[in-house]
Amino acid sequence: MKKIYLLEDAIFSPLGFSTEENLAAIKNGSSGLRFHKNNRFPTGGFFAGIIENELLNETFLKIGKPEKFTKLEQMMLLAVSRVLEKNPDLNLSKTALIISTTKGNVDLLTKSPFPKNRVYVSELGNVIKDFFGFQLEPIVISNACISGGLALAVAKRFIAAGKFDQAIVVGGDLVSEFVLSGFHSFQAISPEPCRPFSKNRKGISLGEAAAAVLLSSKKPIAPNVISIIGEASVNDANHISGPSRTGEGLYKSIQNALGEAQVSAKEIDYLSAHGTATAFNDEMEAVAFNRSGLENVPMNSFKGYYGHTLGASALLESILTKHSLLNNELYASLNFDEIGVSKPLNVIEDFEEKELQFAVKTASGFGGCNLALVFKKD
Amino acid sequence: MSDLRTELKQNIIEQLNLEELEVADIDNDVPLFGDGLGLDSIDVLELIVMLEKDYGIKLTDPDQGKEIFASIEKMAEYIEANRTK
Amino acid sequence: MSNGNYKITDYVHIKDHRIFHGKDQVFKTEKSLGLDQFLKASYKKLEIAYPKFHKMDGLCKLGIIASEVLFKEHFISPDTALVFSNSASSLETDKKHQQAMGGMVSPSVFVYTLPNIVLGEISIKHKLQSENVFFIENQFNAELLKEYAEVLLEAKKTSAVVCGWIDLKNAKYDVFLCLISKEGEIPLSKENLKKLYIFENE
Repeated sequence: MKKIYLLEDAIFSPLGFSTEENLAAIKNGSSGLRFHKNNRFPTGGFFAGIIENELLNETFLKIGKPEKFTKLEQMMLLAVSRVLEKNPDLNLSKTALIISTTKGNVDLLTKSPFPKNRVYVSELGNVIKDFFGFQLEPIVISNACISGGLALAVAKRFIAAGKFDQAIVVGGDLVSEFVLSGFHSFQAISPEPCRPFSKNRKGISLGEAAAAVLLSSKKPIAPNVISIIGEASVNDANHISGPSRTGEGLYKSIQNALGEAQVSAKEIDYLSAHGTATAFNDEMEAVAFNRSGLENVPMNSFKGYYGHTLGASALLESILTKHSLLNNELYASLNFDEIGVSKPLNVIEDFEEKELQFAVKTASGFGGCNLALVFKKD
Repeated sequence: MSDLRTELKQNIIEQLNLEELEVADIDNDVPLFGDGLGLDSIDVLELIVMLEKDYGIKLTDPDQGKEIFASIEKMAEYIEANRTK
Repeated sequence: MSNGNYKITDYVHIKDHRIFHGKDQVFKTEKSLGLDQFLKASYKKLEIAYPKFHKMDGLCKLGIIASEVLFKEHFISPDTALVFSNSASSLETDKKHQQAMGGMVSPSVFVYTLPNIVLGEISIKHKLQSENVFFIENQFNAELLKEYAEVLLEAKKTSAVVCGWIDLKNAKYDVFLCLISKEGEIPLSKENLKKLYIFENE
């Protein structure tokens, strides 16, 4: 069985325009969530992690003309370009491009200077492909909030089967009025920065980010390497917006992923949860984690730092999981107050250094989808 | 007074896409959730939107929904007591 | 890539207000009917008897109708993977949500502003707890579907796959779904998938 390695990565978020900056901010306990005025909300606004447009445009100037690309495109192009900078010899005619987004350039549905067809997610794929000159047709995945992790799984599956030897996986989504209004109608937006797994959690905070990582079947030359050794995605078949009360799909995803990895729950050193901070998601995850025997594994959600970055989230958080393992560091689950789910969990409350080898990353989304990834450090 | 109940039934059928039902099929006291009409969590959210849009009532605690939307009769009573439109 | 002896066990087409099960036309209406009326008529004709249908958006209704036809004569194992694709994502419903954004939006419209919801609806109705993925492509990509279906089957992540194309753009739709398994006559190949897709699209 081919091993699939995670090589260089890049993160563009309100916490910084590099993975290093993001990790430093997380270690510092800094959050990217800020209050933004909006009349739709009784409190006068909402909390979200939003990238400053001017800063983004300035940064983008180094690789292209900001006026020719949408905000999301700039974010995703920068993420890919950063990974390519670190791999100048990468053969783009043999490197797959796998893209994850839930809504793409959905903000273009309002008045925009861009041509109408730019709103198509397939067009986003073309823009990224053409900017860098990738030769293979991009594979674009739009599968709700598991998209970023599912893109990693799809890359791994194709590389293991020999369809290509390496792939750049990039994910991104915006905080848009489109999504904000929708989650507001679901009564899902927290009036304060989100508190995953907490007693006082009141819903999600949205966020925007772009992240990219290079996957390869070739083992990198480094003292430690991270590989994906197991992955699975199982649908709940319960409800299109409410997660299964028994965590059916997530539980099965975890079981299948651990089975493929040939690793037991006892061997897992760290669990990076989805933890959106809605009443139902966090409860469902707690149930699934307990059913899987993961209740004692140190775990966190990154949503307190970033908000929910939708199509970027599972990818961004997998990259953070990778660095957790490499650095032997457990990052605090920001904004946690006290346990607010019906099953026990080992929430990381303070930054800690610890020997880590195996990690599980989970994600769930609208449509009843779930995902589990198992990472190993060698 | 009974006009409100009929109006509610018509609105619910339309808003919640209950295509196979007619006003006459819905009893004032039949439970809207569970074994009655079988409405679900998204339907509750739609009813909350309807409450605000059509009757000017802002529900600040969605958990109240279970009681208020228990039946057409309960809904009508709540609306009569709280409507601003 | 391996050739694991998989077959295109069955397939369904929905286009121009006609539903084909394999090569046989099972239903059609006047082309002048609006999309909603066609969907309702198909629902009735196929005796789907599933009231939740009426809450769904166009894309999901198309998916439910197509899978109803496709699954009719087969035992569909709960681990049957769903590998769907299109070019417009959920744009039709996105526009509906967008239009409401000036005032109060509808949660039951918003929930359908993701293309993978159709996978969820089919999974719920047919009790499938399986691998799902929704790909966005410029046009029908036989190679991607064939190779991904094979990858899932070879890795034993599933025993059967429903793959295909389900697109809805400006009330125009194009649906082509295949059941892939070890049974049947037509070998699974990029060429065969393309041939079957084009067949009724001429």
